[in-house]
Amino acid sequence: MDAPVARLSGVSLQYGDTRALDDITLDLPSGCMVGLIGPDGVGKSSLLALVSGVRRIREGRVEVLGGDMADRRHRARACPRIAYMPQGLGRNLYMTLSVFENIDFFGRLFGHAHAERASRIAELLDSTGLTPFRDRPAGKLSGGMKQKLGLCCALIHDPDLLILDEPTTGVDPLSRRQFWQLIDRIRARRPGMSVLVSSAYMGEAAGFDWLVAMDAGRVLASGSPADLMARTGTADLDAAFIGLLPAEKRRGHQALVVPPRAAGGDGPAIVAEGLTMRFGEFTAVDHVDFQIGRGEIFGFLGSNGCGKTTTMKMLTGLLPPTEGRALLFGREVDARDMDTRRRVGFMTQAFSLYGELSVLQNLVLHAQLFHLPAADIPARVQALVERFDLAAYRDDTAADLPLGIRQRLSLAVAVIHAPDMLILDEPTSGVDPVARDEFWRLLVELSRRDGVTIFVSTHFMNEGERCDRISLMHAGRVLASDTPAALIEARGAASLEEAFISWLEEATGEGATGPGAPQPPVEPVANPVRAGAAGRAMPEVPAAFSLRRLLAYARREWLEVLRDPVRLTFALLGSVILTTILGYGISFDVEDLRFAVLDHDRSPESRTYIESVSGSRYFLEQPPLRDAADLDRRMQTGELSVAFEIPPDFGRDLRRGQSVEVGVWIDGAMPFRGETTLGYVQGVHLGVLQRLALEAGVGSGALVTLEQRYRYNQDFKSLYAMVPAVIPLMLVFIPSILMAVGVVREKELGSITNLYATPVTRLEFLLGKQLPYVGVSMLSFFGLVVLAVYGFDVPLKGSLATLSLAALIFVTATTGLGLLMSSFARTQIAALAATAVITLLVTVSFSGLTSPTSSLEGAGAWLGTFFPATYFLNISRGVFTKALELRDLWRDFAALAAFVPVLTLLSVRLLKKQED
Amino acid sequence: MRHLLNIYRLGIKELRSLWHDKVLLIMIVWAFSGGIYTAATATSQELHNAPIALVDQDRSVLSGRLAAAFYGPYFKMPDIITPDRVDPALDRGEYTFVLDIPPDFERDVLAGEAPAIQLNIDATRMSQAFVGAGYIQNIVQGEVSEFVQHRRDGAVSPVSLVPTVKFNPNLTSAWFGSVMEIINNITMLSVILTGAALIREREHGTLEHLLVMPLGAAEIMLAKVWSMALVVWVAAGLSLVLVVQRALGVPVSGSVALFMAGAMLQLLASTSLGIFMGTLARNMPQLGLLMILVILPLEMLSGGMTPRESMPGPVQDIMLLAPTTHFVSLAQAVLYRGAGLDVVWPSLLATAAIALALFLASLALFRRSIASAG
Repeated sequence: MDAPVARLSGVSLQYGDTRALDDITLDLPSGCMVGLIGPDGVGKSSLLALVSGVRRIREGRVEVLGGDMADRRHRARACPRIAYMPQGLGRNLYMTLSVFENIDFFGRLFGHAHAERASRIAELLDSTGLTPFRDRPAGKLSGGMKQKLGLCCALIHDPDLLILDEPTTGVDPLSRRQFWQLIDRIRARRPGMSVLVSSAYMGEAAGFDWLVAMDAGRVLASGSPADLMARTGTADLDAAFIGLLPAEKRRGHQALVVPPRAAGGDGPAIVAEGLTMRFGEFTAVDHVDFQIGRGEIFGFLGSNGCGKTTTMKMLTGLLPPTEGRALLFGREVDARDMDTRRRVGFMTQAFSLYGELSVLQNLVLHAQLFHLPAADIPARVQALVERFDLAAYRDDTAADLPLGIRQRLSLAVAVIHAPDMLILDEPTSGVDPVARDEFWRLLVELSRRDGVTIFVSTHFMNEGERCDRISLMHAGRVLASDTPAALIEARGAASLEEAFISWLEEATGEGATGPGAPQPPVEPVANPVRAGAAGRAMPEVPAAFSLRRLLAYARREWLEVLRDPVRLTFALLGSVILTTILGYGISFDVEDLRFAVLDHDRSPESRTYIESVSGSRYFLEQPPLRDAADLDRRMQTGELSVAFEIPPDFGRDLRRGQSVEVGVWIDGAMPFRGETTLGYVQGVHLGVLQRLALEAGVGSGALVTLEQRYRYNQDFKSLYAMVPAVIPLMLVFIPSILMAVGVVREKELGSITNLYATPVTRLEFLLGKQLPYVGVSMLSFFGLVVLAVYGFDVPLKGSLATLSLAALIFVTATTGLGLLMSSFARTQIAALAATAVITLLVTVSFSGLTSPTSSLEGAGAWLGTFFPATYFLNISRGVFTKALELRDLWRDFAALAAFVPVLTLLSVRLLKKQED
Repeated sequence: MRHLLNIYRLGIKELRSLWHDKVLLIMIVWAFSGGIYTAATATSQELHNAPIALVDQDRSVLSGRLAAAFYGPYFKMPDIITPDRVDPALDRGEYTFVLDIPPDFERDVLAGEAPAIQLNIDATRMSQAFVGAGYIQNIVQGEVSEFVQHRRDGAVSPVSLVPTVKFNPNLTSAWFGSVMEIINNITMLSVILTGAALIREREHGTLEHLLVMPLGAAEIMLAKVWSMALVVWVAAGLSLVLVVQRALGVPVSGSVALFMAGAMLQLLASTSLGIFMGTLARNMPQLGLLMILVILPLEMLSGGMTPRESMPGPVQDIMLLAPTTHFVSLAQAVLYRGAGLDVVWPSLLATAAIALALFLASLALFRRSIASAG
């Protein structure tokens, strides 16, 4: 054996309180297939992420491909030689992109030119049998096909080290076998390639060259499979693994024995007749029939997405079947039939517990919801706590429990009302073998002692063997249904897995080697570039900046946005919808003020006064007021905004030249409107005075006239002022939200791994993601201009080109702002809320939207100065209303442009190239 | 009875879950305390530090007095500029107002020729321009008439106007802003809380679990409605008493109980809306985007920000279908104008009717969605 492909010494990793890896020292041999085995959560994934360079090394030393992975330069050199496929079906794939587009994206990231990409993709698709599905979106592939696609994406750049994290979990046995055959073929072609795999299936791990058994962050043992079995004196790896566990974990564990079922029971518990479920074109469940006797443990075996869950949902009444019927205890399943529901316990895949409630609270809540008599609840809960061994966790919240305990709690909750039947949907996925055996012991006890009928689905073959009878399911159809022994016998197979594969091959019409014709023998690769690369020395550090990688990200993001209707609608129409609303909503126009008069005088003079008021376009006269109480009441309802009171003898006093007072009441509930109303009333009053003075022939009465010139907005309509201000608001609000969500989305869905594991740099990643949103935002900008000019009739006095240039710089800056926000947020909803609040607050209050920045002082003024909207607001108003040009606005342009590099560099600094 | 018990227990469960969601809790507390306080004190539409310049072509005593008449907090100290700088300065947005005093201004005033002063207003600065112009008008008139009276014992104008501002004598915007912010937060938080409670349940798979138990869709929905509404209702009540009345010193003239009764109906409507949106959206981010497109119009167009009568007719009519419109009008009548049940019963009735309709519509959609997708 050559030098080890990876050497770890003293490696530890801590997440909060849990120690994921605990002082691991290990050499992984090169040029062979190394498997990490152990249940979920023992640190396999963490270890693989450290070796691949995806996760940052905290403690200890990791050397991969002859260099220190803590060294950034070595990582940059090694990264193109490593391929990493994270855990989860297609977690680094883009579900809305087609098979071809996914591989193509990775090809671009690794800098392959068009022709090279085309030939490589064709070859990969061919060898994985995905060619017929070239244009199908990744999200619509089966689990097995997703994993093959993930493999294609990983292999596009001919890696020397292939790292696969649980590549076959949840995949049907045939696809699993095909997957490993595919890996074997690839290894035969590239004998120097090292493969590092983690797996929870001990069965398939038996075929690996070298194994590392892990538990609780530590290495239990390493060596060849035969070695491990010999060391523990066991015959299979499952048992060997349990044998390797520390003594306290093994305590009380003994091989599970399922006692035979006493025949009998009256009539079947569950009957399915031609059960069919279609979602649109897609048939999820296709004429499924079975009968389950009372007290029987009946298993449903199949891959993820084969229709197990849908069938179960139909049995529970969650989904009404499209065709066929299901009977529980002889009665047809009916969602409204509460009595049947009381006889059934259900456990979903997700262990649906209330994570924030404690163990006891969960149990009590379910007991109450099933209306157990209040007096019986404490005893029943106590009994279950004891039986399911939960006493130590009574007051822990469910979310904090280890997986195996959560699973037991989930089962306890499902049987709280002592149901006659249990429906369990993949209850054991992700749980370690010891806990799984414990769980099965409980199931067996429920079935054999309490006579509970158990209907369980699983993708573990050894669990299938424990059932009384099983159905093998594939693509919505039941392939066979019988006792495990009979099924094995019927196919003359050595194991249940073999038998299942044989049925699958028959059903899909596929040979063991894969789809279609027998696979061509491994050919030497004709491509000279690749032939040269096979025995390459350490390659150069990839270019620090590559436009091709940047555009690869831009292109992919664009395709994704185009295929996400909610985001696309929001991006394109959100601003137009909101502007329409704001244009009408934020109006400072005060018109049609309803007023009434309490006229104590009723003289010609008082009538003249009233007429002058009602003649103004701002006021609408209402029926006159009767008395002071009427005035109070009508102002209270909000019917009147203004009330005048003309005193008795108004006309007489006026004629005599005595000074008289007119009382006016103004509704001040809405202060801005009150203020404006007051202004109007004073203006009208001044008009009356002049008119009276003229009539009396005593000059104009005024000492000075104030000529008000409303510049830039002669009609003084608030729409003309609002619309040019709302455009900047929209262009900061929506692009930054879209951008922030766009980046955080990758973090949430897991595709951010591609940033960690491929040669793409942070700058390329950020700019690439930004580009499409700049484009979309410009589209929405033009939509806004059209809306302003044609919808609101707000004239664009300046040049569209100037405004568009400013908008382009501005949306680049605001998407940059979104990038910056995304580096702080972990979830999409947090990114959305934080970005929305901050952009709205600063733009509305401190950027000159409502009051000019020159009126601000202190922190507000400071915030306004360092926010791009301030400058674009000036430009937008200047171009729209003042017909200003670039030469008048160059200061604002310069300030705006300065934001772009600053924001981008800040985001690059804050984005991590490795997982923390 | 059995149904009521289910609704009660599921609601308690919602409250427990909310208690563990510290982010949402902090958001509720902030929205009804600091949020109200900031909104009331920070966003003022009153005139504040308006930038003004004077072109003094007269250089007389009167023009000097005019220049000295503008000071804080309404205006910044005026800059004295030359006539040729007026247009560039306005273009650049340095000033909102430029007052141009013509040559021989003082002489003409004293001669009774009523000379004209030109006031240039940057009419793109809406609120400041609107309110400020009125102030300047009054200041100029006041200064000039005081000056003239001093010099020639001029006549007092025969008719004087005695304005009284009802309900908010000093037109303090905090009075208005604080209560409207409570209303906005009632709507926003109740929609978010119920929408999020539903989505959380869907994402964790517990919704399916509830549906296979002997529980009806109406029970599940009602539990969320009552628990989330209660939280917001209590928070809003506390906020009204502690923050608005105590901390901000806003006098509430009407019956707080009547307002809280209206709030209860509004909450029934908005929590139903939350369920509606939680059903439409498949995940939290979608809910967030949807929320922006729904909440903003509800807040902007229901009369809580700007008066309804200045909106276009069709908008006013459409917004009559929104519960917030009626609730805002009820709140303004009760809290500002001290109206009683005899005055506000139509708004109360309308809110109740819309709430009921929304509840039934959401229930139907919720039923259908769980029937089709599980």
